[in-house]
Amino acid sequence: MKKQIINECRISFPSLSVNESYARTVTAAFAAQCDPTVKEITEIKTAVSEAVTNAIVHGYRGCVGKVELLLRQYSGGLIYITVRDKGAGIADIEQAMTPLFTTASEEERSGLGFSVMSSFMDKVSVKSAPGKGTSVTMEKRISCRASAEELRREPAGQVS
Amino acid sequence: MVKLYNDGGRITAALYGDIDHHSAREMRQELDEVIARSQPEMLIIDMENVGFMDSSGIGLILGRLRAVHAHGGEIIIKNARPEIAAVIRLSGLSGLLVEVDKNEKANN
Repeated sequence: MKKQIINECRISFPSLSVNESYARTVTAAFAAQCDPTVKEITEIKTAVSEAVTNAIVHGYRGCVGKVELLLRQYSGGLIYITVRDKGAGIADIEQAMTPLFTTASEEERSGLGFSVMSSFMDKVSVKSAPGKGTSVTMEKRISCRASAEELRREPAGQVS
Repeated sequence: MVKLYNDGGRITAALYGDIDHHSAREMRQELDEVIARSQPEMLIIDMENVGFMDSSGIGLILGRLRAVHAHGGEIIIKNARPEIAAVIRLSGLSGLLVEVDKNEKANN
């Protein structure tokens, strides 16, 4: 079955740590349309928080840049989230994704950001180039609850 | 925000709100002050009023664990919500998580 796009939202904000909670709140509101469980919504919020924090702490270390958050919902309760920065980029993505690896231990970064994203989302992929920035895309299917399933079945363009 | 309750060598630090990279800085300062001042044998981190925590919370806990261990103390974490406990487990710090009954909580 072809994936049908249900909703899309694109926001950008300055890479200030105070905006981490804003990014989570926007994501939670967007995902709420799929009628997720509390567990699912918390997992999505946590994963977004990790990706946005990485953009702020690593992408734009010592400066302020623009963080982009792209949210997409497809039919069947599939949520896609992309967090993108045009900051420092990552030279070695595999190393960056290794649990407990961090380049910011002085700021008490635990090196678990990608582990959390991978654990809480179905898929995580990272594209990055030094000097160009980083893009993290995550995917999660929200379990179908009865009411949400009904909404999803509503045919496009139907007149009531 | 951090609220502190002192009971002899035991200090309970009740954390409030979301723990992320932004809020962890302030909590770190408040916890470090009390650790330096009181050198607790036991620091109980109460997460009952924490609605959200990402891996910034792990950095926060690990840093305080080092500070408390430095003078022979211990840390335990109580009342963590399931999703927060999941983040703590990912970090390998699950040994700090304790289940507490309501009676003990009432006495704190």
